[in-house]
Amino acid sequence: MHFAFTDEQLALRDATRDLLTKECTPAHVRDAWTNAAGRVPGLWEQLDAMGVVGLLAPEATGGLGLDFVDLVLVLEETGRHAVPEPIVETAAYGAPLVGRAGVTIAASEWYVPWADSADVIFTAAGRFERAGVTLVPHPSVDGARRLFEVQGTATAVDGDGVLAAYDRGVCGIAAQQCGLADRMLQLTADYVRERRQFGVPVGSFQAVKHHLANARIALEFARPLVYRAAASIAAEHPDTSVHVSMAKSKADAAALQTARVALQCHGAIGYTTEYDLHLYLKRSWALARSWGDAAFHRGRVSRAIL
Amino acid sequence: MDLSESAAEQQFRAECRSWLEAHVPRPALPSGDTRAGFAAHLEWERTLFDARYAVVSWPREYGGREASLWEWLIFEEEYYAAGAPQRVTQNGIFLLAPTIFEFGTQEQKDYVLPKMAAGEHTWCQGWSEPNAGSDLAGIQSRATRDEAGGGWRLSGQKTWTTRGAFCTHLFGLFRSDPEAERHRGLTYFLVALDQPGITVRPVERLDGDEGFAEVFFDDVFVPDADVLGEPNEGWAVAMATTGSERGLTLRSPGRFMATARRLIELARTRTDELDETRRDRLVSAWIDAEAYRWQTFWTVTRAAQGMKSGAESSMVKVFWSELDIELHELALDLLGRHAELLDGDDAAWMKGYEFALAGPIYAGTNEIQRNVIAERVLGLPRK
Repeated sequence: MHFAFTDEQLALRDATRDLLTKECTPAHVRDAWTNAAGRVPGLWEQLDAMGVVGLLAPEATGGLGLDFVDLVLVLEETGRHAVPEPIVETAAYGAPLVGRAGVTIAASEWYVPWADSADVIFTAAGRFERAGVTLVPHPSVDGARRLFEVQGTATAVDGDGVLAAYDRGVCGIAAQQCGLADRMLQLTADYVRERRQFGVPVGSFQAVKHHLANARIALEFARPLVYRAAASIAAEHPDTSVHVSMAKSKADAAALQTARVALQCHGAIGYTTEYDLHLYLKRSWALARSWGDAAFHRGRVSRAIL
Repeated sequence: MDLSESAAEQQFRAECRSWLEAHVPRPALPSGDTRAGFAAHLEWERTLFDARYAVVSWPREYGGREASLWEWLIFEEEYYAAGAPQRVTQNGIFLLAPTIFEFGTQEQKDYVLPKMAAGEHTWCQGWSEPNAGSDLAGIQSRATRDEAGGGWRLSGQKTWTTRGAFCTHLFGLFRSDPEAERHRGLTYFLVALDQPGITVRPVERLDGDEGFAEVFFDDVFVPDADVLGEPNEGWAVAMATTGSERGLTLRSPGRFMATARRLIELARTRTDELDETRRDRLVSAWIDAEAYRWQTFWTVTRAAQGMKSGAESSMVKVFWSELDIELHELALDLLGRHAELLDGDDAAWMKGYEFALAGPIYAGTNEIQRNVIAERVLGLPRK
């Protein structure tokens, strides 16, 4: 048993974090709320150049041919920075499904984020080529997730392949939730250290400490389930779906708990759109109900254990 | 990342399993927190020791088998899965022993460890006092220098001492320099309880067992050889012990996995009581037990690479203590009107529930742990 990442995997995570710290700042994410494409101009190309987008795709098609354990920390970073790009949909879900790199993929059961900039779209109905569909836009509470209903003729996709792809997508979202929770915690810890009331930092009050400690505990015990699910995906473990569902259930809970606590501990400043916290709050709310919510995933676990 | 068990580990697991199947006492022993039950448990400890299963991770010379951390986790999983007895020696082998390995002299190791492993000497913990619980550094029991005798004289009172009425020895903190600042001037002593000046009064716990005791010290002599670590530096030594108490060594995931499995078995026989809400709670609790297991594997991998853990043990302590309560509460809900019965096969759930309720209190209350997490993990200001 060796439950840790390799130096190479950590280096790829660090490189991704460095890139996103520069190229996907809160200002970039805000810009994606209002610009024409709803994404960060140039970011996708940079992620692609790093190999992140095609990480799971076969080398012969321009991918890196690596496995999900190599990808999961990268996806956690994309959550930490609230990256407004179809990275889970392309890198985790779609690239192995279409069998090659270089295709931008959007995917969701119903409301599909970033469908307007994808080459291929997957929904509950099956596979669509972008060229042949009509997209009906819907605004999301997270302005950096442009949603579309997809109308057109779908082609059926092989069942086993879709289930495996779904599990990869769910695990990717769970990893993003961990990244988001960590970011919100960090923002809040920084804030309560500085913010003073009654002559002391508000972070010195036990009520505030205990809120944040509870959120930190939730993250501490969600992450290992996400990493274990990633390993199960990579190893094609027979219980992968159960492991993935445990991960999504705990990661959603950690992100939502952290979101509540982060807002509460910020007070009124957190309740504005001028302050950055809302970018992460809203992403976590949206992701918690995407790819099956926690209750849906506990249902999958329930059928396995009861 | 490799989440598989090696061939040697699988072999070890199989050995543990078949030995436990053949030896675990049936029916289950009476509670080890009563006088009769304690004696029965010591016999079981002797059986474990003779088969080198009492202290698997210790060096061979002290009765162990030099098991790796991974093998120790495997042993614990198998131990609790087999429904084997509680370990009445646990405060010695899981709390004091790691501290002796770290701070003890060669003489202390050679004298204390083999007798502890064999259950010949049983150890209780002398931390809390009537006016020092969570605020451990507030202890008032005194150690006064006895230069002529080459040792110290202890006076004062310890309380809530688990199994203090049955144990032969106590490890504890005493104030040896009353002039020093709170955390300084404390010394860690190893004390035999069968000597003049010591009075032990059993105290009945919430669950009705005499599992607690008050221990009174009236001018009790302890030689220098029984000081663990340096005089007046007992705080650092004690912190090593409390780290073990909160974290991995006392509460391996095998315990909670075994409880969670028994809970699922119970749920299968109580389907009338298993509504949607309880089903969802049951699944959540199962996922939490799994999360605890995998967080442990994560931590053990780091430990195997030589990385030390610090304040993380506070997160672990809050998590397992609350998980344990939830597992038992769910069982009581499923038992419905049978839950309150103290006879029959299911009575163990109420007993277990009462024990679980102590979890958020001992080893530093969960409120204190949350302060530690906020301050040392998240960097929030103390004041």
